[in-house]
This record gives sequence, C-alpha cells and structure tokens, in this order.
Amino acid sequence: MRIDCPCCGSRDIREFTYKGDALALERPDPDAGDAVWNDYVHNRDNPAGPTRELWYHEMGCAAWLVVTRDTVSHEIKAVELASAAKGDVA
Amino acid sequence: MAETVADSVKLIATSPCAGLLPLSIGTMTASEEPPAALTSIAAYRGQEDALSEMLKTAHGMGWPKPGRTTGKEGARALWFGQGQALLVGPAPDPGLARHAALTDQSDAWAMVRLSGAGSQAVLARLTPLDLRRGSFKRGHTARTEIAHMMGSLTRLGEEAFLILVFRSMAATLAHDLEAAMQAVAARTRL
Ligand SMILES: [Zn+2]
Repeated sequence: MRIDCPCCGSRDIREFTYKGDALALERPDPDAGDAVWNDYVHNRDNPAGPTRELWYHEMGCAAWLVVTRDTVSHEIKAVELASAAKGDVA
Repeated sequence: MAETVADSVKLIATSPCAGLLPLSIGTMTASEEPPAALTSIAAYRGQEDALSEMLKTAHGMGWPKPGRTTGKEGARALWFGQGQALLVGPAPDPGLARHAALTDQSDAWAMVRLSGAGSQAVLARLTPLDLRRGSFKRGHTARTEIAHMMGSLTRLGEEAFLILVFRSMAATLAHDLEAAMQAVAARTRL
C-alpha cells in the first residue's frame, strides 16, 4: 500500500501512522452538550466502502493527511493535507 | 580556594560517530561528515519570501522547495519537513530570526556520507524510498525511514549520499550500514 502525500509524493505505507476517522477534524462546539460530545468522542461508523481517515506522515514531512480510502478494495481515491481540508489544524 | 571536581575533570568533545566510522567495504565507504553547525529554520506565517531573500543575502542560497536542497558543499540548506529546512554548515545569520524560528540542532544528528559504487544498492536495503535516478536525483532530499529510524536522505552524486539520523541512533546506523555494505559487496563478488 502506498499513499500519495501532497508534500512528498508517493510513499510506502511504512512511513505513515494511522489515526482514525477524519471525523476528529469536526470538533463540536464546547457547549454542544453531552450527547453530541459522547458521539464525537466514542461513536464511529464501521463502513464497508469509502471512508475519510487521518494519516500522519510521521517518517516523512510530518503532515497530517485526510485520506479517502475504500475499506473493501483498499483503493485510495484522494489525499489532501488536513490543514487544507480544515483551515489550520496542525 | 580548594580545587573542585570541575577543575580536575577534563571533558573531551566527541563526534556522534566517533569509534564507529569510517567503514570501507568493497567499493563503498561510509564516513562521518566534518562537524558543522546545524540549524532548523521554520518560517513564520507569510514570511517565506522574505526569509528566502534573507537566506540568499546572508548565506547565498534560496529556501529549498519540498524534497530539494539549495547551496553547495560546506553551506547547504536541506528541505527538512513541512515548512522546515536544515541549514548545514554556517552559523545562522541573526537576521534570519526576524522571519523564522531558528533552533540549534548541532550535535543532535549523526551525519554520514555513503559513497562509492554500490551505495544506492546499500540504501535500497535500508529505506522504502524510491532511489532510482529518475525519481531521486542529485540535489534531491527526503525525510524517510532509514533502517526503521526516521531520518533525512540526500543524493549528493551518482553514488554519493548524505544520511542523517538522530545522534542517539548513530551506532544503529553504523551497524545497519555495515551489514548492508557487506551484503552488497558479497553479491558483487559472486
Ligand atoms: Zn509527506
């Protein structure tokens, strides 16, 4: 498996670390309430098909990436910098 | 005044690869680069152009694009990650600090030159990076995995590379380089 880092180009999976669903970028408002926060912190879908995930190019440029990956075929459809996908997320 | 311990102890500076390198096997040599000032430079937001100008004026090299180096032997800038470069050689001009965060990294990295026919084959055993000349040319640099360590790799010539890993990993790098050099040399003898 390879990921096409927008900064470094196509790189081997060994250079990357997996974080989880890119939902983590959509942090609720502090006052959103317990139900919304509970959902944000604990609940994740487990889809068979396209997902948006956070990957960290740890051994490379140290950028956080949003990777659109099909969990059935492992095909990667899109890769973008998390900072571009979500303003200034470091 | 009585003599203190500090008066009687003499500290001797050693380089990261002291006692480990140089190493010559077959046609290949791994040697430690001469000690140099190492400074990481991270541009402040919106200051990239001003920083590049200042780098040119002060050190005769522009800001390196991702995966590239600028400058030359003795005074080089390596792209070193997102929004970051490593100045290798000269002490940084204080004026750079107006446009960027400067961090002294001298002594923090083991800096090794691998050269001679077979060097690319040695590195192919240690890194997942595509080293073929079409994709990794002279002056190209990458942050990548080197023998399971995070490091920096630069092609200096046809069969000459600059390798940086954390100083604490110097012995591991020397060990893994030695094993890979022996393996490549053995195949050459077949
Ligand atoms: Zn990258």
